[in-house]
Amino acid sequence: MAAKKPRKAATKRELAAAKDAIQEHTFSVLVDNEAGVLARVVGLFSGRGYNIESLTVSEVDQDAHRSKITIVTNGTPMIIEQIRAQLERLVPVHRVADLTVEGPSVSRELALVKVKGKGERRVESLRIADIFRAHVVDSTNSSFVFEIVGDTGKLDAFIELMEPLGLVDVSRTGVVAIARGSQDM
Amino acid sequence: MSTRRMIGGEIILKALADQDVDVVFGYPGGVTLPLYEKIGQQNRTEHILVAHEQGGVHAAEGYARSTGKVGVVLATSGPGATNTVTGLVDALMDSIPVVCLTGQVTSHLIGNDAFQEADTTGITRPATKHNYLVKSTDDLARVIHEAFHVATAGRPGPVLVDIPKDVILGEGAYVGPDDVEIKQTYKPQIRGDRKAIEEAVELLASAKKPIIYAGGGVINSGPRASRLLTELVDMTGYPCTLTLMGLGAYPASRAQFLGMPGMHGSLEANMAMYHCDVMVNIGARFDDRVTGNTAEFSPKSRKVHVDIDPSSINKNIAVDVPIIGDCASVLRDMLKVWKENKLKTDKAALKKWWARIDRWRAKDSYGFDQGPDIIKPQFALSRLNELTRGMDIHVTTDVGQHQMWAAQHLHFEEPNRWMTSGGLGTMGYGVPAAMGVQKGNPDSKVVCVTSEGSLLMNIQEMATIANYRLPVKILNLNNKVLGMIRQWQELFHGNLESECDLSGSPDFVKLAEAFGFEALTASRPDEVDDAIIAMLESEGPCFLNMGVDRFESVYPMIPAGAAHYDIVLGPNDQRAEVDDDDLAMASLA
Repeated sequence: MAAKKPRKAATKRELAAAKDAIQEHTFSVLVDNEAGVLARVVGLFSGRGYNIESLTVSEVDQDAHRSKITIVTNGTPMIIEQIRAQLERLVPVHRVADLTVEGPSVSRELALVKVKGKGERRVESLRIADIFRAHVVDSTNSSFVFEIVGDTGKLDAFIELMEPLGLVDVSRTGVVAIARGSQDM
Repeated sequence: MSTRRMIGGEIILKALADQDVDVVFGYPGGVTLPLYEKIGQQNRTEHILVAHEQGGVHAAEGYARSTGKVGVVLATSGPGATNTVTGLVDALMDSIPVVCLTGQVTSHLIGNDAFQEADTTGITRPATKHNYLVKSTDDLARVIHEAFHVATAGRPGPVLVDIPKDVILGEGAYVGPDDVEIKQTYKPQIRGDRKAIEEAVELLASAKKPIIYAGGGVINSGPRASRLLTELVDMTGYPCTLTLMGLGAYPASRAQFLGMPGMHGSLEANMAMYHCDVMVNIGARFDDRVTGNTAEFSPKSRKVHVDIDPSSINKNIAVDVPIIGDCASVLRDMLKVWKENKLKTDKAALKKWWARIDRWRAKDSYGFDQGPDIIKPQFALSRLNELTRGMDIHVTTDVGQHQMWAAQHLHFEEPNRWMTSGGLGTMGYGVPAAMGVQKGNPDSKVVCVTSEGSLLMNIQEMATIANYRLPVKILNLNNKVLGMIRQWQELFHGNLESECDLSGSPDFVKLAEAFGFEALTASRPDEVDDAIIAMLESEGPCFLNMGVDRFESVYPMIPAGAAHYDIVLGPNDQRAEVDDDDLAMASLA
């Protein structure tokens, strides 16, 4: 994995472009997989009043003990720059990528959606699941659990459509994201 | 690479010795007893037995700030560790390199609510630059060496290492500092970007109304940074202001020094900050006590910001030319570029700018009237300044009015001479910090300027000072009130004194004597000089209780969140008189 590259801070002019507009950004953070590292990252966000829209974490390199944290957050350009700089300052952090600005990226989320119903409503839920390419991973006479993968918007749309058909419960993984192309992080 | 098997306690002491640690400030407890057994068997590293762990951390801070070395603290688990928290946050806010070793309950008891157990790494995670829980004696040496690296590299700060009792008692391999591979992830950028430096220097040369605004980063970068800053200021002929943390980075006696900016800074520094067209910030962080209302902060200037911590840049104030790098390295490159390009300042514009600054300076905004009866605290401090001129002197302060008056009236010609709690504003900092300073500078006159409120917060360390016969001088500016609280209540909270009266304080002279200090008093202006001289000339620890005016307020003052042009001058509370030109600019902002 690449070491931290020398960094330049943004200039006033760059920050002023959209001064007070709140933007959503997805950060990919490569960290040492050690005790307390997630608490450090989460504590940084809560301690400084930054938002967390979504957060996922898992080990990605067992030999090197590296985990990757994907964080979806929002803020003004000054706040987003602060979040990046504050993350980079943490000792167990190897690399921070702002996937929203560093070229094209792809993001996915998985949801398990439980729907309860009989008759026409049950059939309708199956039909919509088919359109969304959701799979049935559990079934009873009166319920389904669907597994659906996609970007956050797709999952939101699916869950909204399931609402009138007997939506009972939802579990979502949160967003994972990666840069497009052949480069490593 | 040689590895030796050693007991955990021996590994700790060997690691400290290899890190060139001469003194640790500590307090023993149940889980650190095996380490104290080893401490008692050696004399390489001196242990100072403090009275309270918070005092231990402040002492380590004072030691670090005055010597440029790392301050080391040793505390036990549970209450020992929690007592260090205020000191750790203080060191974090002021970027002071401190390594704090804490004992932890035996590994298998962690999480069981064992006796004297606390989640020390959890509690101190946001209080430190980084912290560790050591899980095996084999990791101990590496972690301690890494802790020293993290504490000193880049922007310095406190690092805590939590060590369970079984790790202290167990056997493991020792590795020396040179055999430890430094973490790939923590390598701060030292050299500034060349193009940004060239841009900054061109901006500096083109300025018609420049100001150089430097802070604690210059001090932290080492004495060389202060010499380079002085060279830059002298070469350009530009005005220079230093923050509370930066005092001493440029000699205070020189005409180009404008004093401190901010809430209780000088009129000339604040007006120059407001009206300048180019501001070069070197190692300061646009703290809210300096900027006041950020929307109205220096609206006409193009700004350069040099800082080793990228997260300091664009945090409060967006800047035109950001430079990430170490102050000394960037200053050296700036001087080089200036000389290579044979740049010249705009002499005519500069002359006009200085004329304007001199008009502000003529208001003498730090001025005070010393009458015949009651000692003004400003008078006491300006006499201390006068009577210590040319001496090898270090000053610590506590927090409040006396701290601001000390910053205004004591003049520092060199860095590392002035120790004060700037970021966290920790009352109780001064006495223990003075102890640490004296430990690191045995031949220096170390004076702690304090007042009763702060003094009582860590007064127990007077016992430590006396116990070790450290010749610390404590100047207590006794006004029988929490002065800064009284001042704000008078100005902003209905002129009602609420819970700030300290007239029931103890007899400090008796108290000082009970601790083993020589105690002196002064209560009239004509006694001030003799008392200060007697204090300075005393052999051992000495306490001077000086009764001062209860009703004095610190001026100038920019109320919290107000703009620089809202500065209030004392003693008659008149608004600063600004000329028509200034007012025109103020209304434009």
